[in-house]
Amino acid sequence: MPMSTRQSFDRQLMDLQQHILRMASFVEKAIYDSVESLAKQNTDLARGVIENDDSIDELYNDIEYTIIKIIATQQPIAKDLRLAVSGLKIIMSLERMGDFAVDIAKVTLRLSGQRLIKPLVKIHEMAHLAQRMVKDGLDAYVNLDEAKARKMCSYDDDVDYYFREVFEELIEFMKKDPTSIEQATSLLLVCRYLERIADYATNIGEEVVFLITGYWEEMN
Amino acid sequence: MALAKFDIQNLNLYYGNMQALKDIHFDIKPQHITALIGPSGCGKSTFLRTLNRMNDLIAGVRLEGSILLDGQDIYQPDEDVVNLRKRVGMVFQRPNPFPMSVYDNIAYGPRIHGLKDKRKLDQIVEQSLKAAALWEEIKDRLHRSALSLSGGQQQRLCVARLLAVEPEVLLMDEPTSALDPISTIKVEELITELKNQYTIVIVTHNMQQAARVSDTTAFFLNGELVESGHTEGIFTMPRDKRTEDYITGRFG
Repeated sequence: MPMSTRQSFDRQLMDLQQHILRMASFVEKAIYDSVESLAKQNTDLARGVIENDDSIDELYNDIEYTIIKIIATQQPIAKDLRLAVSGLKIIMSLERMGDFAVDIAKVTLRLSGQRLIKPLVKIHEMAHLAQRMVKDGLDAYVNLDEAKARKMCSYDDDVDYYFREVFEELIEFMKKDPTSIEQATSLLLVCRYLERIADYATNIGEEVVFLITGYWEEMN
Repeated sequence: MALAKFDIQNLNLYYGNMQALKDIHFDIKPQHITALIGPSGCGKSTFLRTLNRMNDLIAGVRLEGSILLDGQDIYQPDEDVVNLRKRVGMVFQRPNPFPMSVYDNIAYGPRIHGLKDKRKLDQIVEQSLKAAALWEEIKDRLHRSALSLSGGQQQRLCVARLLAVEPEVLLMDEPTSALDPISTIKVEELITELKNQYTIVIVTHNMQQAARVSDTTAFFLNGELVESGHTEGIFTMPRDKRTEDYITGRFG
Protein backbone atom coordinates (compact mmCIF):
# COMPACT_ATOMS: atom_id res chain seq x y z
CA MET A 1 0.00 0.00 0.00
CA PRO A 2 1.35 3.51 -0.80
CA MET A 3 1.70 6.15 1.90
CA SER A 4 -1.78 7.33 2.10
CA THR A 5 -4.17 10.09 2.97
CA ARG A 6 -6.78 7.36 3.44
CA GLN A 7 -5.26 5.46 6.32
CA SER A 8 -8.49 4.17 7.80
CA PHE A 9 -9.64 3.01 4.37
CA ASP A 10 -6.31 1.27 3.77
CA ARG A 11 -6.65 -0.39 7.16
CA GLN A 12 -10.11 -1.61 6.17
CA LEU A 13 -8.72 -3.08 2.97
CA MET A 14 -5.90 -4.77 4.85
CA ASP A 15 -8.31 -6.20 7.41
CA LEU A 16 -10.44 -7.45 4.55
CA GLN A 17 -7.48 -9.29 3.05
CA GLN A 18 -6.62 -10.80 6.43
CA HIS A 19 -10.17 -12.10 6.79
CA ILE A 20 -10.08 -13.62 3.34
CA LEU A 21 -6.75 -15.27 4.16
CA ARG A 22 -8.28 -16.69 7.32
CA MET A 23 -11.22 -18.10 5.39
CA ALA A 24 -8.80 -19.59 2.84
CA SER A 25 -6.78 -21.30 5.56
CA PHE A 26 -9.99 -22.92 6.85
CA VAL A 27 -10.81 -24.12 3.35
CA GLU A 28 -7.31 -25.46 2.76
CA LYS A 29 -7.56 -27.44 5.98
CA ALA A 30 -11.02 -28.72 5.06
CA ILE A 31 -9.73 -30.01 1.71
CA TYR A 32 -6.78 -31.73 3.34
CA ASP A 33 -8.77 -33.17 6.25
CA SER A 34 -11.56 -34.47 4.05
CA VAL A 35 -9.19 -36.55 1.91
CA GLU A 36 -7.18 -37.57 4.96
CA SER A 37 -10.38 -38.73 6.69
CA LEU A 38 -11.17 -40.85 3.66
CA ALA A 39 -7.70 -42.39 3.37
CA LYS A 40 -7.48 -43.12 7.09
CA GLN A 41 -11.17 -43.98 7.41
CA ASN A 42 -11.30 -41.47 10.22
CA THR A 43 -14.97 -40.60 10.76
CA ASP A 44 -14.23 -38.12 13.56
CA LEU A 45 -12.07 -36.12 11.22
CA ALA A 46 -14.82 -36.28 8.59
CA ARG A 47 -17.42 -35.01 11.07
CA GLY A 48 -15.01 -32.21 11.99
CA VAL A 49 -14.86 -31.13 8.35
CA ILE A 50 -18.66 -31.07 8.16
CA GLU A 51 -19.01 -29.07 11.39
CA ASN A 52 -16.25 -26.61 10.52
CA ASP A 53 -18.01 -25.73 7.30
CA ASP A 54 -20.35 -23.60 9.41
CA SER A 55 -17.36 -21.45 10.38
CA ILE A 56 -16.44 -21.09 6.72
CA ASP A 57 -20.00 -20.03 5.89
CA GLU A 58 -19.98 -17.57 8.77
CA LEU A 59 -16.72 -16.05 7.57
CA TYR A 60 -18.21 -15.86 4.10
CA ASN A 61 -21.18 -13.86 5.42
CA ASP A 62 -18.98 -11.55 7.49
CA ILE A 63 -16.61 -10.84 4.63
CA GLU A 64 -19.44 -10.30 2.17
CA TYR A 65 -20.98 -7.79 4.55
CA THR A 66 -17.63 -6.07 5.03
CA ILE A 67 -17.16 -5.70 1.29
CA ILE A 68 -20.67 -4.33 0.79
CA LYS A 69 -20.02 -1.86 3.60
CA ILE A 70 -16.73 -0.77 2.02
CA ILE A 71 -18.43 -0.22 -1.34
CA ALA A 72 -21.31 1.70 0.26
CA THR A 73 -19.25 3.90 2.55
CA GLN A 74 -15.92 4.36 0.77
CA GLN A 75 -16.99 4.29 -2.88
CA PRO A 76 -13.82 2.52 -3.99
CA ILE A 77 -12.70 3.03 -7.58
CA ALA A 78 -9.95 1.75 -9.86
CA LYS A 79 -7.61 -0.66 -8.04
CA ASP A 80 -9.59 -0.40 -4.80
CA LEU A 81 -12.80 -1.36 -6.54
CA ARG A 82 -11.10 -4.31 -8.22
CA LEU A 83 -9.77 -5.41 -4.84
CA ALA A 84 -13.27 -5.35 -3.37
CA VAL A 85 -14.95 -7.05 -6.31
CA SER A 86 -12.28 -9.73 -6.69
CA GLY A 87 -12.46 -10.28 -2.91
CA LEU A 88 -16.16 -10.94 -3.25
CA LYS A 89 -15.63 -13.43 -6.05
CA ILE A 90 -12.74 -15.15 -4.28
CA ILE A 91 -14.83 -15.83 -1.17
CA MET A 92 -17.58 -17.25 -3.37
CA SER A 93 -15.06 -19.70 -4.82
CA LEU A 94 -13.72 -20.53 -1.36
CA GLU A 95 -17.20 -21.17 -0.05
CA ARG A 96 -17.90 -23.62 -2.88
CA MET A 97 -14.62 -25.41 -2.22
CA GLY A 98 -15.61 -25.81 1.40
CA ASP A 99 -18.86 -27.42 0.28
CA PHE A 100 -16.96 -29.90 -1.88
CA ALA A 101 -14.75 -30.79 1.10
CA VAL A 102 -17.97 -31.51 3.02
CA ASP A 103 -19.12 -33.74 0.15
CA ILE A 104 -15.85 -35.66 0.36
CA ALA A 105 -16.21 -36.00 4.15
CA LYS A 106 -19.68 -37.43 3.62
CA VAL A 107 -18.16 -40.08 1.35
CA THR A 108 -15.85 -40.99 4.25
CA LEU A 109 -18.89 -41.53 6.46
CA ARG A 110 -20.66 -43.53 3.75
CA LEU A 111 -17.67 -45.83 3.22
CA SER A 112 -16.87 -46.19 6.90
CA GLY A 113 -16.02 -49.78 7.86
CA GLN A 114 -15.30 -50.81 4.26
CA ARG A 115 -11.85 -51.87 3.15
CA LEU A 116 -10.71 -49.42 0.44
CA ILE A 117 -10.32 -51.06 -2.96
CA LYS A 118 -7.11 -49.11 -3.62
CA PRO A 119 -4.70 -46.88 -1.74
CA LEU A 120 -5.57 -43.24 -2.46
CA VAL A 121 -2.22 -42.16 -3.83
CA LYS A 122 -3.36 -40.09 -6.78
CA ILE A 123 -6.39 -38.79 -4.96
CA HIS A 124 -4.07 -37.61 -2.23
CA GLU A 125 -1.89 -35.94 -4.80
CA MET A 126 -4.94 -34.17 -6.28
CA ALA A 127 -5.91 -32.93 -2.83
CA HIS A 128 -2.38 -31.76 -2.22
CA LEU A 129 -2.33 -29.84 -5.51
CA ALA A 130 -5.75 -28.31 -4.88
CA GLN A 131 -4.68 -27.21 -1.43
CA ARG A 132 -1.49 -25.73 -2.83
CA MET A 133 -3.49 -23.85 -5.47
CA VAL A 134 -5.64 -22.24 -2.78
CA LYS A 135 -2.60 -21.25 -0.76
CA ASP A 136 -0.64 -19.84 -3.71
CA GLY A 137 -3.75 -18.13 -5.09
CA LEU A 138 -4.29 -16.30 -1.83
CA ASP A 139 -0.59 -15.43 -1.53
CA ALA A 140 -0.79 -13.99 -5.02
CA TYR A 141 -3.92 -12.03 -4.06
CA VAL A 142 -2.40 -10.47 -0.98
CA ASN A 143 1.01 -9.76 -2.56
CA LEU A 144 -0.36 -8.79 -6.01
CA ASP A 145 1.89 -11.44 -7.51
CA GLU A 146 0.76 -11.98 -11.09
CA ALA A 147 3.42 -14.61 -11.91
CA LYS A 148 2.43 -16.71 -8.92
CA ALA A 149 -1.24 -16.50 -9.89
CA ARG A 150 -0.47 -17.72 -13.41
CA LYS A 151 1.78 -20.52 -12.17
CA MET A 152 -0.82 -21.64 -9.69
CA CYS A 153 -3.43 -21.92 -12.45
CA SER A 154 -1.14 -24.24 -14.40
CA TYR A 155 -1.48 -26.86 -11.61
CA ASP A 156 -5.04 -27.32 -12.77
CA ASP A 157 -3.70 -29.28 -15.75
CA ASP A 158 -1.99 -31.71 -13.36
CA VAL A 159 -5.17 -32.14 -11.39
CA ASP A 160 -7.08 -32.83 -14.61
CA TYR A 161 -4.43 -35.35 -15.63
CA TYR A 162 -4.79 -37.25 -12.33
CA PHE A 163 -8.54 -37.07 -12.64
CA ARG A 164 -8.50 -38.84 -16.00
CA GLU A 165 -6.04 -41.47 -14.71
CA VAL A 166 -8.01 -42.28 -11.57
CA PHE A 167 -11.20 -42.25 -13.58
CA GLU A 168 -9.89 -44.96 -15.90
CA GLU A 169 -8.50 -47.02 -13.01
CA LEU A 170 -11.83 -46.97 -11.24
CA ILE A 171 -13.69 -47.98 -14.39
CA GLU A 172 -11.33 -50.95 -14.66
CA PHE A 173 -12.08 -51.90 -11.06
CA MET A 174 -15.79 -51.81 -11.75
CA LYS A 175 -15.43 -53.93 -14.88
CA LYS A 176 -13.38 -56.58 -13.11
CA ASP A 177 -15.35 -56.69 -9.89
CA PRO A 178 -18.97 -55.53 -9.92
CA THR A 179 -19.06 -55.60 -6.10
CA SER A 180 -16.62 -52.67 -6.17
CA ILE A 181 -19.11 -50.52 -8.09
CA GLU A 182 -20.59 -48.83 -5.06
CA GLN A 183 -17.27 -47.81 -3.56
CA ALA A 184 -15.64 -47.02 -6.91
CA THR A 185 -18.54 -44.70 -7.76
CA SER A 186 -18.06 -42.87 -4.47
CA LEU A 187 -14.33 -42.50 -5.12
CA LEU A 188 -15.15 -41.28 -8.62
CA LEU A 189 -17.23 -38.56 -7.06
CA VAL A 190 -14.38 -37.64 -4.72
CA CYS A 191 -12.15 -37.25 -7.76
CA ARG A 192 -14.74 -35.13 -9.43
CA TYR A 193 -15.05 -32.92 -6.31
CA LEU A 194 -11.29 -32.42 -6.21
CA GLU A 195 -11.23 -31.59 -9.88
CA ARG A 196 -13.96 -28.99 -9.30
CA ILE A 197 -12.08 -27.59 -6.30
CA ALA A 198 -9.07 -27.05 -8.56
CA ASP A 199 -11.31 -25.28 -11.09
CA TYR A 200 -12.53 -22.90 -8.38
CA ALA A 201 -8.93 -22.35 -7.34
CA THR A 202 -8.19 -21.40 -10.94
CA ASN A 203 -10.96 -18.81 -10.70
CA ILE A 204 -9.05 -17.26 -7.81
CA GLY A 205 -5.96 -17.03 -10.00
CA GLU A 206 -8.03 -15.33 -12.70
CA GLU A 207 -9.35 -12.85 -10.13
CA VAL A 208 -5.82 -12.00 -9.08
CA VAL A 209 -4.74 -11.39 -12.68
CA PHE A 210 -7.83 -9.18 -13.16
CA LEU A 211 -7.03 -7.30 -9.98
CA ILE A 212 -3.52 -6.54 -11.17
CA THR A 213 -4.02 -5.98 -14.90
CA GLY A 214 -7.68 -4.94 -15.12
CA TYR A 215 -8.35 -7.57 -17.78
CA TRP A 216 -10.16 -10.89 -17.67
CA GLU A 217 -8.39 -13.97 -18.89
CA GLU A 218 -9.60 -17.54 -19.02
CA MET A 219 -6.80 -19.63 -17.53
CA ASN A 220 -7.96 -23.21 -17.58
CA MET B 1 -15.51 11.27 -35.35
CA ALA B 2 -16.48 14.90 -35.66
CA LEU B 3 -13.76 17.55 -35.57
CA ALA B 4 -12.74 18.85 -32.17
CA LYS B 5 -14.78 21.79 -30.87
CA PHE B 6 -11.66 23.10 -29.19
CA ASP B 7 -8.20 22.25 -30.39
CA ILE B 8 -5.62 23.26 -27.81
CA GLN B 9 -1.94 23.20 -28.71
CA ASN B 10 1.22 24.01 -26.72
CA LEU B 11 -0.76 25.98 -24.17
CA ASN B 12 1.33 27.69 -21.50
CA LEU B 13 -0.06 30.21 -19.05
CA TYR B 14 1.75 32.35 -16.51
CA TYR B 15 0.52 34.43 -13.60
CA GLY B 16 3.50 36.80 -13.46
CA ASN B 17 6.45 34.46 -12.92
CA MET B 18 4.34 31.54 -11.86
CA GLN B 19 3.58 29.03 -14.59
CA ALA B 20 0.04 27.76 -14.07
CA LEU B 21 -0.36 25.67 -17.23
CA LYS B 22 2.47 23.72 -18.82
CA ASP B 23 2.43 22.73 -22.47
CA ILE B 24 -1.15 21.51 -22.64
CA HIS B 25 -2.29 19.63 -25.73
CA PHE B 26 -5.94 18.68 -25.68
CA ASP B 27 -8.97 18.26 -27.92
CA ILE B 28 -12.46 18.90 -26.61
CA LYS B 29 -15.09 17.01 -28.52
CA PRO B 30 -18.43 18.52 -29.56
CA GLN B 31 -21.69 17.27 -27.99
CA HIS B 32 -19.62 15.67 -25.33
CA ILE B 33 -19.08 16.22 -21.63
CA THR B 34 -15.49 16.70 -20.59
CA ALA B 35 -14.65 16.69 -16.89
CA LEU B 36 -11.51 18.36 -15.57
CA ILE B 37 -10.29 16.95 -12.28
CA GLY B 38 -7.27 17.50 -10.06
CA PRO B 39 -6.31 18.89 -6.67
CA SER B 40 -6.68 22.57 -5.79
CA GLY B 41 -4.16 24.70 -7.61
CA CYS B 42 -3.54 22.12 -10.35
CA GLY B 43 -4.63 24.52 -13.11
CA LYS B 44 -7.95 23.01 -14.09
CA SER B 45 -10.01 26.16 -13.44
CA THR B 46 -7.34 28.29 -15.06
CA PHE B 47 -7.53 26.00 -18.07
CA LEU B 48 -11.33 26.25 -18.14
CA ARG B 49 -11.12 30.04 -18.10
CA THR B 50 -8.75 30.10 -21.06
CA LEU B 51 -11.58 28.68 -23.17
CA ASN B 52 -13.58 31.91 -23.12
CA ARG B 53 -10.76 34.23 -22.20
CA MET B 54 -11.91 34.89 -18.67
CA ASN B 55 -8.25 35.09 -17.67
CA ASP B 56 -7.99 38.30 -19.71
CA LEU B 57 -9.62 39.98 -16.72
CA ILE B 58 -6.74 39.05 -14.42
CA ALA B 59 -3.72 41.35 -14.36
CA GLY B 60 -0.32 39.82 -15.15
CA VAL B 61 -1.60 36.83 -17.06
CA ARG B 62 0.45 35.79 -20.07
CA LEU B 63 -0.53 33.04 -22.43
CA GLU B 64 1.36 31.12 -25.13
CA GLY B 65 0.19 28.53 -27.62
CA SER B 66 -3.08 28.31 -29.44
CA ILE B 67 -6.71 27.57 -28.69
CA LEU B 68 -8.84 26.97 -31.75
CA LEU B 69 -12.62 27.06 -31.51
CA ASP B 70 -14.06 25.45 -34.64
CA GLY B 71 -10.67 26.01 -36.22
CA GLN B 72 -10.43 29.74 -35.37
CA ASP B 73 -7.84 31.00 -32.89
CA ILE B 74 -9.77 32.72 -30.09
CA TYR B 75 -6.65 34.65 -29.02
CA GLN B 76 -6.31 36.51 -32.33
CA PRO B 77 -6.05 40.28 -31.69
CA ASP B 78 -9.25 40.95 -33.66
CA GLU B 79 -11.30 38.37 -31.77
CA ASP B 80 -14.62 39.77 -30.51
CA VAL B 81 -14.43 38.70 -26.88
CA VAL B 82 -18.06 39.59 -26.11
CA ASN B 83 -19.19 37.39 -28.96
CA LEU B 84 -16.79 34.65 -27.84
CA ARG B 85 -18.34 34.65 -24.38
CA LYS B 86 -21.79 34.46 -25.94
CA ARG B 87 -20.70 31.35 -27.82
CA VAL B 88 -18.80 29.96 -24.84
CA GLY B 89 -20.78 30.66 -21.68
CA MET B 90 -19.89 29.94 -18.09
CA VAL B 91 -21.64 28.75 -14.94
CA PHE B 92 -19.87 29.40 -11.68
CA GLN B 93 -19.45 27.65 -8.37
CA ARG B 94 -22.01 29.74 -6.54
CA PRO B 95 -25.28 30.55 -8.28
CA ASN B 96 -25.09 34.23 -9.20
CA PRO B 97 -28.48 35.34 -10.50
CA PHE B 98 -28.93 39.09 -11.00
CA PRO B 99 -31.00 40.78 -8.26
CA MET B 100 -34.03 41.02 -10.50
CA SER B 101 -36.96 38.82 -11.50
CA VAL B 102 -36.58 35.31 -12.92
CA TYR B 103 -37.92 36.61 -16.22
CA ASP B 104 -35.53 39.56 -16.41
CA ASN B 105 -32.55 37.36 -15.56
CA ILE B 106 -33.18 35.31 -18.64
CA ALA B 107 -34.26 38.18 -20.88
CA TYR B 108 -31.15 40.11 -19.87
CA GLY B 109 -28.81 38.56 -22.43
CA PRO B 110 -31.14 38.66 -25.43
CA ARG B 111 -32.04 42.30 -24.58
CA ILE B 112 -28.36 43.25 -24.45
CA HIS B 113 -27.94 41.70 -27.86
CA GLY B 114 -30.75 44.00 -29.07
CA LEU B 115 -33.92 41.95 -28.81
CA LYS B 116 -37.01 43.97 -27.81
CA ASP B 117 -39.98 41.96 -29.11
CA LYS B 118 -42.01 40.97 -26.04
CA ARG B 119 -43.50 37.83 -27.63
CA LYS B 120 -40.10 36.64 -28.75
CA LEU B 121 -38.66 37.30 -25.28
CA ASP B 122 -41.52 35.37 -23.64
CA GLN B 123 -40.74 32.50 -25.92
CA ILE B 124 -37.01 32.56 -25.13
CA VAL B 125 -37.71 32.68 -21.37
CA GLU B 126 -40.00 29.69 -21.58
CA GLN B 127 -37.70 27.68 -23.84
CA SER B 128 -34.65 28.41 -21.74
CA LEU B 129 -36.38 27.48 -18.49
CA LYS B 130 -37.68 24.30 -20.06
CA ALA B 131 -34.23 23.40 -21.36
CA ALA B 132 -32.83 24.03 -17.88
CA ALA B 133 -35.49 21.72 -16.36
CA LEU B 134 -36.86 24.57 -14.27
CA TRP B 135 -40.04 25.63 -16.10
CA GLU B 136 -42.47 23.33 -14.31
CA GLU B 137 -41.17 24.38 -10.91
CA ILE B 138 -41.29 28.14 -11.36
CA LYS B 139 -43.58 29.00 -14.30
CA ASP B 140 -45.97 30.73 -11.87
CA ARG B 141 -43.22 32.76 -10.27
CA LEU B 142 -41.56 34.34 -13.28
CA HIS B 143 -41.89 37.84 -11.93
CA ARG B 144 -40.65 37.13 -8.45
CA SER B 145 -37.10 37.89 -7.47
CA ALA B 146 -34.62 35.25 -8.64
CA LEU B 147 -33.08 35.50 -5.18
CA SER B 148 -36.20 33.90 -3.68
CA LEU B 149 -35.39 30.61 -5.41
CA SER B 150 -33.53 27.75 -3.71
CA GLY B 151 -29.82 27.34 -4.41
CA GLY B 152 -30.41 24.48 -6.83
CA GLN B 153 -33.09 26.45 -8.66
CA GLN B 154 -30.82 29.49 -8.82
CA GLN B 155 -28.07 27.41 -10.37
CA ARG B 156 -30.42 26.02 -13.00
CA LEU B 157 -31.64 29.58 -13.58
CA CYS B 158 -28.04 30.55 -14.30
CA VAL B 159 -27.90 27.73 -16.84
CA ALA B 160 -31.20 28.95 -18.35
CA ARG B 161 -29.76 32.47 -18.52
CA LEU B 162 -26.82 31.11 -20.50
CA LEU B 163 -29.02 29.10 -22.84
CA ALA B 164 -31.07 32.22 -23.66
CA VAL B 165 -28.19 33.61 -25.71
CA GLU B 166 -27.82 30.33 -27.62
CA PRO B 167 -24.27 29.39 -26.75
CA GLU B 168 -22.38 26.48 -28.28
CA VAL B 169 -20.20 25.60 -25.33
CA LEU B 170 -21.04 25.58 -21.62
CA LEU B 171 -18.18 25.90 -19.17
CA MET B 172 -19.04 24.91 -15.63
CA ASP B 173 -16.74 25.63 -12.72
CA GLU B 174 -17.79 23.34 -9.87
CA PRO B 175 -21.45 24.01 -10.60
CA THR B 176 -22.81 21.88 -7.76
CA SER B 177 -20.27 22.41 -5.00
CA ALA B 178 -22.63 24.79 -3.17
CA LEU B 179 -25.71 22.63 -3.66
CA ASP B 180 -27.41 19.94 -1.61
CA PRO B 181 -27.44 16.34 -2.95
CA ILE B 182 -30.91 16.52 -4.53
CA SER B 183 -30.16 19.79 -6.31
CA THR B 184 -26.83 18.31 -7.34
CA ILE B 185 -28.54 15.35 -8.96
CA LYS B 186 -30.97 17.70 -10.76
CA VAL B 187 -28.12 19.77 -12.14
CA GLU B 188 -26.29 16.59 -13.18
CA GLU B 189 -29.40 15.32 -14.95
CA LEU B 190 -29.65 18.68 -16.66
CA ILE B 191 -26.03 18.53 -17.78
CA THR B 192 -26.60 15.08 -19.24
CA GLU B 193 -29.70 16.34 -21.10
CA LEU B 194 -27.87 19.36 -22.49
CA LYS B 195 -25.08 17.22 -23.91
CA ASN B 196 -27.11 16.49 -27.04
CA GLN B 197 -27.01 20.13 -28.06
CA TYR B 198 -23.99 21.65 -26.40
CA THR B 199 -20.35 20.97 -25.77
CA ILE B 200 -19.84 20.91 -22.03
CA VAL B 201 -16.69 21.26 -19.98
CA ILE B 202 -17.03 20.85 -16.25
CA VAL B 203 -14.53 21.35 -13.44
CA THR B 204 -15.38 19.28 -10.42
CA HIS B 205 -13.84 18.24 -7.13
CA ASN B 206 -16.44 15.53 -6.82
CA MET B 207 -14.86 12.43 -8.28
CA GLN B 208 -18.12 10.52 -8.41
CA GLN B 209 -19.70 13.41 -10.28
CA ALA B 210 -16.99 13.30 -12.93
CA ALA B 211 -17.49 9.53 -13.17
CA ARG B 212 -21.30 9.88 -13.41
CA VAL B 213 -21.72 12.67 -15.91
CA SER B 214 -18.71 12.94 -18.16
CA ASP B 215 -17.65 11.13 -21.32
CA THR B 216 -14.04 12.22 -21.17
CA THR B 217 -12.02 12.97 -18.06
CA ALA B 218 -8.79 14.95 -17.93
CA PHE B 219 -6.57 14.88 -14.86
CA PHE B 220 -4.44 17.93 -14.10
CA LEU B 221 -1.58 18.13 -11.63
CA ASN B 222 0.81 21.02 -11.02
CA GLY B 223 -0.25 22.71 -14.24
CA GLU B 224 0.26 19.60 -16.36
CA LEU B 225 -2.35 17.54 -18.11
CA VAL B 226 -1.27 14.17 -16.73
CA GLU B 227 -3.80 11.92 -18.39
CA SER B 228 -7.04 12.14 -20.35
CA GLY B 229 -9.32 9.59 -21.91
CA HIS B 230 -12.68 7.85 -21.71
CA THR B 231 -14.10 8.46 -18.26
CA GLU B 232 -14.78 4.77 -17.80
CA GLY B 233 -11.14 3.96 -18.42
CA ILE B 234 -9.82 6.72 -16.17
CA PHE B 235 -11.95 5.52 -13.27
CA THR B 236 -11.37 1.80 -13.68
CA MET B 237 -7.86 1.49 -15.05
CA PRO B 238 -5.94 4.77 -15.11
CA ARG B 239 -2.61 4.53 -16.92
CA ASP B 240 -0.62 6.94 -14.79
CA LYS B 241 0.23 6.18 -11.17
CA ARG B 242 -0.45 9.83 -10.23
CA THR B 243 -3.98 9.58 -11.63
CA GLU B 244 -4.59 6.37 -9.71
CA ASP B 245 -3.32 7.93 -6.48
CA TYR B 246 -5.50 10.98 -6.93
CA ILE B 247 -8.77 9.33 -7.88
CA THR B 248 -8.44 6.73 -5.12
CA GLY B 249 -7.82 9.53 -2.64
CA ARG B 250 -4.25 8.57 -1.82
CA PHE B 251 -2.77 12.01 -2.02
CA GLY B 252 -4.07 15.53 -1.78
